[in-house]
Amino acid sequence: MLRREARRVAALEPVGPYTLLSVDRGGLEPGVPGQFFMLEAPGRVLPRPMSVCLARPDELAFLIDPVGPGTRALCGLEPGDELGLVGPLGNGFRLDVERPLLVGGGIGVAPLPFLSESLDRPPALLGFRSAWHAEAAALVPNAEVVLEPAYVTEAMSSGHDVLACGPEPMLEAVRRLAPQAQLAWEAPMACGYGACYGCAVEIDGELKRLCVEGPVLAAA
Amino acid sequence: MRLLNASGCLDALAAPETARDLDAFVSKTVTPLPREGNRPVRIAETELGMLNAIGLANPGVDAFVAGHLPRLAELGVPIWVSVGGFATADYVAVAEPLADRPEVEALELNLSCPNVDEVPENVGEVVAAVRAVSAKPLYAKLSPAVPDVAETAHAAETAGADGLSLVNTIRGLALDERTLRPVLDRGSGGLSGPALRPIALAAVHACRRATDLPIVGMGGVATGRHALELLAAGATDVAIGTALFSDPGAPSRIRSELSAELAARGFVSPDNVIGAGHEPEAPTLDRSSRVEPEKYLHSGANMAG
Repeated sequence: MLRREARRVAALEPVGPYTLLSVDRGGLEPGVPGQFFMLEAPGRVLPRPMSVCLARPDELAFLIDPVGPGTRALCGLEPGDELGLVGPLGNGFRLDVERPLLVGGGIGVAPLPFLSESLDRPPALLGFRSAWHAEAAALVPNAEVVLEPAYVTEAMSSGHDVLACGPEPMLEAVRRLAPQAQLAWEAPMACGYGACYGCAVEIDGELKRLCVEGPVLAAA
Repeated sequence: MRLLNASGCLDALAAPETARDLDAFVSKTVTPLPREGNRPVRIAETELGMLNAIGLANPGVDAFVAGHLPRLAELGVPIWVSVGGFATADYVAVAEPLADRPEVEALELNLSCPNVDEVPENVGEVVAAVRAVSAKPLYAKLSPAVPDVAETAHAAETAGADGLSLVNTIRGLALDERTLRPVLDRGSGGLSGPALRPIALAAVHACRRATDLPIVGMGGVATGRHALELLAAGATDVAIGTALFSDPGAPSRIRSELSAELAARGFVSPDNVIGAGHEPEAPTLDRSSRVEPEKYLHSGANMAG
């Protein structure tokens, strides 16, 4: 059942250039790692899709990169404020993997802390633009960090079940190295639940709604 | 008064509980042939609204009738089908196979999509052609981006329309703050949300003066107060669009907010407030016959006009 819930903002913590926004969980199910919530950005018309970063017993946390008016408004919330949210939405990662390797790039690290806990802290490979951005790696256990100009794909070894989230060029490069990888994609969304048809991406040669078919898709 | 969704703002099969909260579900626009829609990026947020350029993505009328309609009928909500096209013959080609489908309560003719290159020139011609092949109630969905929307409404009525849907989105443009290029792949898109609300109110108000047809008012409805204002301007029914994107529970929320708005003003039912904005003085409060507003709202089926 889709329902807008309102929860109290518990904390906002800076993590490099990002903000970790925690809200009281109050009965909310976190879903599967890779699933997302639509968060109401104060003063904006549309909510913003954010994957669950941490699912603590009493809080859910979202890692947010303040890149536009909506994400900046979310990062400007204060503890005690009320936040409207809908979720969990979409399809998360399949967890039936034998030798998981988590691969993340930039803000694509967001769903990996929750994923790592769900998979018993497997090795992770995280790429960032700078040491400042790489402060987010502290959220992911057993992570090896790669800084530009090096790329995560240069450090990937074969023989793993790859679960990745990051910018499109990174996902395309991961897909070439690991055709069986599970990849979490991103698209602008108005609703997150299949209503607006705004998040269309090409899947198997057809335009489909990423919120309904994804955001986690098989690479092949 | 009935509460509907604006076409293209809800997939009843993806969100059945939301659809069941409505008095009728309006489908995404159906065209004769399947359409994939426009390339991404298809949506953009603006300060007071959103732009969309989905491009009438739909499975085509044959697949809609064979695959979607039976599943929609299982929801138990009256189904309105939004009919679209690029020439009068297209509207006929969609309306004809729907004419004898008992699952379909009404047809809404999308005469005003801003996201396709060819738009029908003559509203009256399209309405008359569909009227000739279908006895279903026909609602003409009009654009407010004309010099005189009441004139268009009059043309639709003369051609045999049973009602009006006011308003469709209005064309707008958003530029990327870094590149200064259009955000949407198509360039411009249809503006909806809060920015559209005063425009919708003006169109409903003007058309109510020009015709007695039922009017489904829509454009930026996000609260019960907004629904109340459209009714006062002359809408007989109200549809919710962009507000559904942030709140799938918007129909029941807006319904109860409207109940409270009506009760606070002493109105017995939403139907009593229809057109109140055209009266010279505040309407008389009919406290003696007040019934519980919540219950009355849910009865839903009465349509003025």
